[in-house]
Amino acid sequence: MDKQKQAICMNTQHNLSSRIPTRSPDTPPTLGIRNSTEGYGLIAIALHWIVALIVVGLFGLGVWMTGLTYYDDWYRRAPDLHKGIGTLLFLIMILRVVWRATNVAPDDESGISPLQLQAAHLVHLLLYLLLFVLMSSGYLISTADGRSIDVFGLFSLPAIVTDIPNQEDIAGAVHWYLALSLIGLAVLHALAALKHHFINRDRTLKKMLGIPPQPTDQP
Amino acid sequence: MKMKLLSAITLAAAIVLPSQANAERYTIDTKGAHASIQFRIQHLGYSWLNGRFNKFSGSFEYDDKQPSNASVHVEIDTASIDSNHAERDKHLRGEDFLNVSQYPKARFESNAFKENSDGSATLSGNLTLHGVTHPVNIRVSQIGHGSDPWGGYRRGFEGTTQISLQDYGINYNLGPKSKEVELTLSIEGIRQ
Repeated sequence: MDKQKQAICMNTQHNLSSRIPTRSPDTPPTLGIRNSTEGYGLIAIALHWIVALIVVGLFGLGVWMTGLTYYDDWYRRAPDLHKGIGTLLFLIMILRVVWRATNVAPDDESGISPLQLQAAHLVHLLLYLLLFVLMSSGYLISTADGRSIDVFGLFSLPAIVTDIPNQEDIAGAVHWYLALSLIGLAVLHALAALKHHFINRDRTLKKMLGIPPQPTDQP
Repeated sequence: MKMKLLSAITLAAAIVLPSQANAERYTIDTKGAHASIQFRIQHLGYSWLNGRFNKFSGSFEYDDKQPSNASVHVEIDTASIDSNHAERDKHLRGEDFLNVSQYPKARFESNAFKENSDGSATLSGNLTLHGVTHPVNIRVSQIGHGSDPWGGYRRGFEGTTQISLQDYGINYNLGPKSKEVELTLSIEGIRQ
């Protein structure tokens, strides 16, 4: 009981000296639907983690399914799943880009050098670019002969480009090397987030986890 | 003296090399696509899957009077495999099957031609595929020959053979009924 009281006291003290400008000390911190300058909103956070999960899942599925043999149960199902989820990922990414463009970007953490910020933003841009080219190359493999891609029987994605010489082979090589690059870059991106969290002890990762600013946070 | 020596050489050549003197050389008409290399393999033992190689070139020599001197040479661009399904073709070009980046060419080089009593013939030779050279016998029948409407002379054959994928180091398991591939070579040559 005493301890709790003490904690409340301390919090109040911190709140008083808090320099977070956009919220009065009295209102409890909440997670909005949209982004604010303080942090990401619910939609941006959900999109980020859904994409992260799908990308890792698709990479694992892709590597696994190319090693399957003819008589494996998943020989036909796994590629169908890979293509279906890939198509859904494309739609999610379109939504994500639109959402990003129509929302404010949370402020960068203070105390990060401009060069480091530029590097971080470049990695973000590359992640988006790689993802779109990667998905397009996958589409070009499966539609090279004019066949459409069936997405879980819900709809089918028609072939548009079919006349690139050796299309399925070139698109296949691009798909593989870009997948490796994307995973490499994503690992770098994740390590950077962990570095911010554990070494710099700033809010970089917390913002993407939807943890609102605490009074105890360093401004 | 000089004339005598020359005629002696000509005579000797005529005796020693009769076939070469008369053999007609034909270029396989891949340009006009009057030639094809098709394959078929059973799918699970339930049906035949047909495919072909779109790019190849070759020539043959054939002499009506001495058919046993016939010879054939064909070179196939393995990456041109076409089973009318891009994803399957990509798989067939990969390491599980033809490994076309490492083995871009397949070759057939004949070494014997024997006429059978039923009018067909057996063309024997070596087929190099997937980096492995293995002897094959191709059952051949001549379809026809003669002048074409554009001033040339053409001769055409059809040959069939069966190869075992295992003989060529292709061990991907497609099932017990799919270990062998049938090849049909339809070739028309234009006399040079």
